[in-house]
Amino acid sequence: MGDTYEERLIPNAEEEDMAAQIGESETWLDQVKTMVRQNKLAAFSAVVILLILLAAVFAPLVAPYDHLAQSLTDRLTHPCAEHWLGTAELGRDVLSRIIFGARVSLTIGLVPTLISMVIGTVLGLCAGYYGGKVDFVIMRLADVMLAFPSLLLAMVVMYTMGGGLINIFIALSLVNWAGTARIVRSQTLSLKEIEFVEAARSIGVKKWTIMFRHILPNCLPSLIVLFTLNIPSAILSEASLSFLGIGAQPPSASWGLMVVRGKKYLFSEPWLSIAPSVAIMIVVMAFNFLGDGLRDVLDPYLKEQ
Amino acid sequence: MESSVVLDVKNLKSHFFTAKGEVPAVDGVSIRVPAGKIIGIVGESGCGKSMTAMSIMGLLRYPGRVVDGTITLDGRDITHLRPKELSQVRGNELSMIFQEPMTSLNPVYPVGVQVREAILLHQKTTKAEAKERVLEIFQAVGIPEPEKRYYNYPHQLSGGLRQRVMIGMAMVCRPKVMIADEPTTALDVTIEAQILRLMKRLCAEQGTSIILITHNMGVVAEICDYVYVMYAGKVMEQAETFELFEHTRHPYTQGLLKSIPRLDEKADRLYTIEGVVPNLLHLPRGCSFCTRCDQAQERCFTEKPGIYEASEGHGVRCLKYESGVKLDGE
Amino acid sequence: MLSKVLKRIAISIPVLIGVVLLIFIMLRVVPGDPVATMMGEHVNPAMIEKISAELGLDQPLYIQFFKYVGNALRGDFGTSYRLNRNVTQIILESFPHTVKLSLLAALVAWIVGLVAGIIAAIRQNRLLDRLFMGCSLMGVSMPVFMTALVLQYIFAFKLQWFPISGFDSWQAMILPAIALGWNSAGSIARMTRSNLVEILQNDYIRTARAKGLREHGVIIGHALKNAMLPVVTMMALQISSMLSGAVLTESVFGVPGIGRLSVNAIETRDMPLLQGTVIFTTILIILGNLVADLLYNVLDPRIREGA
Repeated sequence: MGDTYEERLIPNAEEEDMAAQIGESETWLDQVKTMVRQNKLAAFSAVVILLILLAAVFAPLVAPYDHLAQSLTDRLTHPCAEHWLGTAELGRDVLSRIIFGARVSLTIGLVPTLISMVIGTVLGLCAGYYGGKVDFVIMRLADVMLAFPSLLLAMVVMYTMGGGLINIFIALSLVNWAGTARIVRSQTLSLKEIEFVEAARSIGVKKWTIMFRHILPNCLPSLIVLFTLNIPSAILSEASLSFLGIGAQPPSASWGLMVVRGKKYLFSEPWLSIAPSVAIMIVVMAFNFLGDGLRDVLDPYLKEQ
Repeated sequence: MESSVVLDVKNLKSHFFTAKGEVPAVDGVSIRVPAGKIIGIVGESGCGKSMTAMSIMGLLRYPGRVVDGTITLDGRDITHLRPKELSQVRGNELSMIFQEPMTSLNPVYPVGVQVREAILLHQKTTKAEAKERVLEIFQAVGIPEPEKRYYNYPHQLSGGLRQRVMIGMAMVCRPKVMIADEPTTALDVTIEAQILRLMKRLCAEQGTSIILITHNMGVVAEICDYVYVMYAGKVMEQAETFELFEHTRHPYTQGLLKSIPRLDEKADRLYTIEGVVPNLLHLPRGCSFCTRCDQAQERCFTEKPGIYEASEGHGVRCLKYESGVKLDGE
Repeated sequence: MLSKVLKRIAISIPVLIGVVLLIFIMLRVVPGDPVATMMGEHVNPAMIEKISAELGLDQPLYIQFFKYVGNALRGDFGTSYRLNRNVTQIILESFPHTVKLSLLAALVAWIVGLVAGIIAAIRQNRLLDRLFMGCSLMGVSMPVFMTALVLQYIFAFKLQWFPISGFDSWQAMILPAIALGWNSAGSIARMTRSNLVEILQNDYIRTARAKGLREHGVIIGHALKNAMLPVVTMMALQISSMLSGAVLTESVFGVPGIGRLSVNAIETRDMPLLQGTVIFTTILIILGNLVADLLYNVLDPRIREGA
């Protein structure tokens, strides 16, 4: 209410602002820059993610110890100067394991999410563009996939293929495409009718060219937001599967696995399970904040409100 | 005359606190509403007339706030009432109807229930009695088949009917003053006349005063007893309706009246006031209308005019009438 | 209205069939012979064949499927390999625990989420709003097992207010319910806030204020019902995440629910049991979503009256 009145009160200033905000020349990259300037939390989250990413890539340099090195004399030490977060039951340094664990979590977060989104995008484009039977089959399949909680579905896949990180990869890639497909389909449906697409079609541009050169770029902002917000759920899925003992297998440095291995010692050495949990929370939170920030600047539907 | 003033607004100032600065949306407005009369406030969009109404109702929301002035309702200062006390006044002694009948009713409740709520909030009655009252008021505001309409949802009623419901809601507690903010702007012209007549009749019957806010000079001429013309947050001219139309003094009011299309005069082009409403953040140093005034003199750009009495009961905010008694302090 | 309900129900049926079919197929593309895996290494081929025939695993897949669906419709989900008992019976034994847990968790999530969301909306952009929204994003980002472990450590171990595990008394149920509901509370709070903030911009809110309603009356009486429409749908959808999150909570607190049952089934490679639990849970979720959808229709007069 206040805003509408304010708009009426200072029309000139508002108009200038509006022009700056919805300027035609502004690309989504500019919008992201705007976000970085205005949404400090999202920008900070991006920095956190970057730092974790660097730590993961250069883990052997960053980590104080080899994450697999056992030291039976140093079993279950409390946090101290040599071992900031203590050691696990076989004397492995917890901090080093967490740093190496970032590799697992980030890979799980990024790669299967990317794969499932590529699958979802292609299926969504096809469904939206071709319509008819193709649309019907793909969307009913998506309905079925969405009816499952993804954790449950991943559990079934894990049962079939057995534990292990590679299998989690495959499971998560196969499970999470449906949401993307739905969104891409609805955007394709509306974009299909827009003039430049019709113009392209009328001069005989091939279907696949239209889909990937003309429609897809317009879905990109939504896809970026979706990607950012899907990463944390993939990370949580891996952690949950590993926690349940049907995901990563020891001695892999998965955070979820570390939590469940430390659970036995929860009452005597709580940091064993809490420290990797906090690591998961920080990464997930950073991606959530970033995704929220991106959605505010990139998603036109939310922006209108 | 003095004793019968039910609502007395003195030097009301409401500002908006925005990132770009403090915007004086209502800048020292004084309005007197005599009992049983219809007072008009006219002006362009953004002149502060709606903000004045919202300020009187205590409905201004962040970032807007009343910063100065007093509002006296029936001898009681309601400017600094606490939320609880204010809510006992709102909808009871002082009520308001809005411009948008399509969106001013809650879509998830039947309209009758929404009107009944106004009664239950302010009077100790049973639900059944309150419902009877609602049906009576529905009858009074000309809603056919009140019993059936009572249970209708807003989306099932036409715009005209919805505005009748709003009027019913505003009148059901027999308020002393009802503020109507552009009540007919969103309606068809034929419906507009009906609604205006209805408001006038009800007020005569119940002794309710009305503050009618509008941008339409025709509406003012039709039902108002006294008129305030507002521009950029200030009252520019005030007079009894007949006097205002007969002896228009302020250049702005003259411009407004000239820009109404008329059937009895031949003109190639409709008159328009040059320029645009100034940005309230960067008002001219002198008279706020000076940038658009075709009679402006040099001192108009540097001196702020007060409201001067040009003839009895006729105030004008223009240096041309400086000789008259100054009605407000600046 | 009735036709709409029937239509909505009709749409769920193919989804239901699809779900069952999908699970059925996925569980049967296991590399290697299921019976051999089940029996271990020291079994002769004749034995495997005999058991396969007993379990009906030598028949073509589609016959197996129709038999399974036919039996399932009669409430028979087959026989557990390991426990050698009727799967339906096993599920029905552990199911009440999961239902209790999920409902309690839903209660926690709804109450905490709604209250936090409403307060944040009222105190929009003030300290309390920032605080609540920060907390709720943290709640959304916390893995369920982390919440469970932290609660267990602080309230069961350190403070000893609640038992560490089990699910046989109301005290024992509180921590698992909070652990499971916390996540959803965060999402509900965020959604409630954003909806309320949006709704409070509406003209009819101004009317309610002009009528003489006080701010809490405006919010509870006029804004909440409108803001609740999408939130109710979401709250019902949260049941889905409750039921899958229950797997984790049950495993931390040792609740003998359906989630633990399915994890056990995976560990012991008990296919009929896993199949039964997953299908059972998914059907519940689909029904939950159906109810959410219908609820939305009932609550919104614009849809209800067919406008």
